[in-house]
Amino acid sequence: MSTRWARKDLLGLRELSADEINFVLETTDAFKQVGTREIKKVPALRGKTLVNFFVEPSTRTRTSFELAAFRLSADVINISATTSSLTKGETLKDTARNLEALHADILVLRHSSAGAPQFLANRLKASVINAGDGAHEHPTQALLDLYTIRERRGEIAGLRVAIIGDILFSRVARSNIFGLLKLGAHVTLVGPSTLVPREFEKLGVEVSYKIDDVLPKADVVNLLRIQHERQRREYFPGLGEYIRLFGLTKERAKLLKPDCLIMHPGPINRGVEIDSDVADGVQSVILDQVTNGLAVRMAVLYLCGGISTQ
Amino acid sequence: MIIRNGRVIDRASKRDEIADLYVADGRIAQKSEVRNQKSDVEEIDAKGLIVAPGLIDIHVHFREPGFSHKETIESGARAAAAGGFTTVVCMPNTSPTADNPSTIAWIKDRAAAVACVNVLPTGTISRNLAGEELAPIGSLAQAGVVAITDDGHCVQNHEVMRRAVEYARMVDLPVFDHCQDYNLVGNGVVHEGYWSTLLGLPGWPAAGEEAMVMRNILLAELCDHHIHCQHLTTAGSVRLLREARARGVKISGEVCPHHIALTDEAIQDFDTNSKMNPPLRSQADVNALLEGIADGTLSILCSDHAPHADFEKEVEFDAAPFGIIGLETELGLFLDLLVHKHRKIDMAQLIAMYTVEPARLLKINAGTLSIGAHADVTLIDPELEWTVRVDQFQSASRNSPFQAWKLKGRAVRTIVDGKTVWKL
Repeated sequence: MSTRWARKDLLGLRELSADEINFVLETTDAFKQVGTREIKKVPALRGKTLVNFFVEPSTRTRTSFELAAFRLSADVINISATTSSLTKGETLKDTARNLEALHADILVLRHSSAGAPQFLANRLKASVINAGDGAHEHPTQALLDLYTIRERRGEIAGLRVAIIGDILFSRVARSNIFGLLKLGAHVTLVGPSTLVPREFEKLGVEVSYKIDDVLPKADVVNLLRIQHERQRREYFPGLGEYIRLFGLTKERAKLLKPDCLIMHPGPINRGVEIDSDVADGVQSVILDQVTNGLAVRMAVLYLCGGISTQ
Repeated sequence: MIIRNGRVIDRASKRDEIADLYVADGRIAQKSEVRNQKSDVEEIDAKGLIVAPGLIDIHVHFREPGFSHKETIESGARAAAAGGFTTVVCMPNTSPTADNPSTIAWIKDRAAAVACVNVLPTGTISRNLAGEELAPIGSLAQAGVVAITDDGHCVQNHEVMRRAVEYARMVDLPVFDHCQDYNLVGNGVVHEGYWSTLLGLPGWPAAGEEAMVMRNILLAELCDHHIHCQHLTTAGSVRLLREARARGVKISGEVCPHHIALTDEAIQDFDTNSKMNPPLRSQADVNALLEGIADGTLSILCSDHAPHADFEKEVEFDAAPFGIIGLETELGLFLDLLVHKHRKIDMAQLIAMYTVEPARLLKINAGTLSIGAHADVTLIDPELEWTVRVDQFQSASRNSPFQAWKLKGRAVRTIVDGKTVWKL
């Protein structure tokens, strides 16, 4: 195993160095190449057991991890909140210890509480991979975003990246902020002031409430899903007003530089944060993100699994 | 009993001198009374020690009835004694809730049977802590509560609170309030600021406390009766209180050690022993609390001793109950931080904040070493350096963030009614 990676867990990008992030991205290159072969499977994690432990519902992230594990030849079990004993009152700690007693090597955790992956990582010998914890971090999503930008633009340092939407409740935004800043990008957050409080400036980013000023300068725009089904009413007056002030409409998309990348972690609300045509347009790399997500997760499982099962 | 050569500090009887303290028949006595005793007189060498009136902690949760796996009146009292406390005031959020005279009677009976220190109950402001209907405050007063409070909860309806304060005035009970505006605080679990932003944890804004401190100042004026604001944490609360007290409003505030010993930075590892309500605040808030203590705006020190079992605390941060234990660390922390490190107050002032000040608020006959008073005495070694070991606590719970902290100063002997109930 490389001296550039010594972590059994991936909990977030805040704790990673630029070198560690770059190493994951370099490792991803190799796994991305595997996906283009006739036989898409490698024996890297053969005989290892991976548990997809999703206490909060998810389809795409879980599927991506599951497929990544299959391609690494690991045995995979999926446990969701409804099928786990958590609904019977068992604590997270006890559930996880039971999984470890079954010799699970890698635990991929999605949880609604910030810090839940760290809580388990401190208590288990198994690798813990954070697949999203509350509004805290979603490291593999940010890594795949970084990978996609790097793939298209060669270099991340010096790029101007705008992250647009509900930043306050977004783990994708936080992981992206940490990762982008470490790799030298300039980050601007855009959205309603209730969802993009000025406090974020202390993290080293710029905050703007004027999307039309930000778009022409951006090299990348990353649009976050407006979680209107969960949003408490007082955060903004309604979707109509959101679209008017912050939606990436066809008209607004004309402000973008021709080579500006349009990204979205999905699932997208067509016609809300992004116009349908814009989502499918030539600048959109949304489906590349999905493909790259698989390779990034293979790299992360390979690196962390290699440490925990040494 | 003769406690020899200690530094006797008692603001109530205006003493601060190296002297001997005499105890006879469970009371502070004249020298002549002790001489006349026939049996052997116990002598305690207090050279180098502070001889203080027994300390009072006006904010503890002893969890009985209802949650004896966290703490009992017996174990809580032992923790109090080990921390140097001879009197504690228990919050009413038990099960059943202490909103009725029979629960108060049960607590008093239990305390009389098993507690090694004085355990004083409070009653609730509202029935079942729901903030809607008044609890039978007059009956609670007759049953012997020393204050009313909905601690852990906060009456949101200002009209209900107004009538509670007016009614409490009639029966001469101070009203304590846990200041928290539910709308502003929402599902907040940590201070709203840099760390909540970084970690994505729901924020508990300072304004959520200050709005209720302001409310209480207005109602204390309107009703001309004392409201005591519990565990204050923000710079704004200190400013509001300072201004109101200068105008003579019957309002006071207390401080817990964790709110000056730690900031919200402590939450970054998601340690649930850094989760309490109100939450750990920013350094600017800590600085304001220190100034508020120095200038007398904040007049009372207490622990908000809140025991929880390991299995309850060892869960996801959002899901963990609020609160930490504090009885066995608070004196050491306050001595270390306020007297030794930051030099905000002197020893006499610290003792006053634990004795005469709470005794005056509660209108109880305690917190003094005057002749004839109950011989509740705490001997303090102000220079003793020690290390916090949670596994040695008398409390039934272990939820403290101060494990392995090195502190300077602690109680070395606790005397209740002339009897040593704890000794280092």
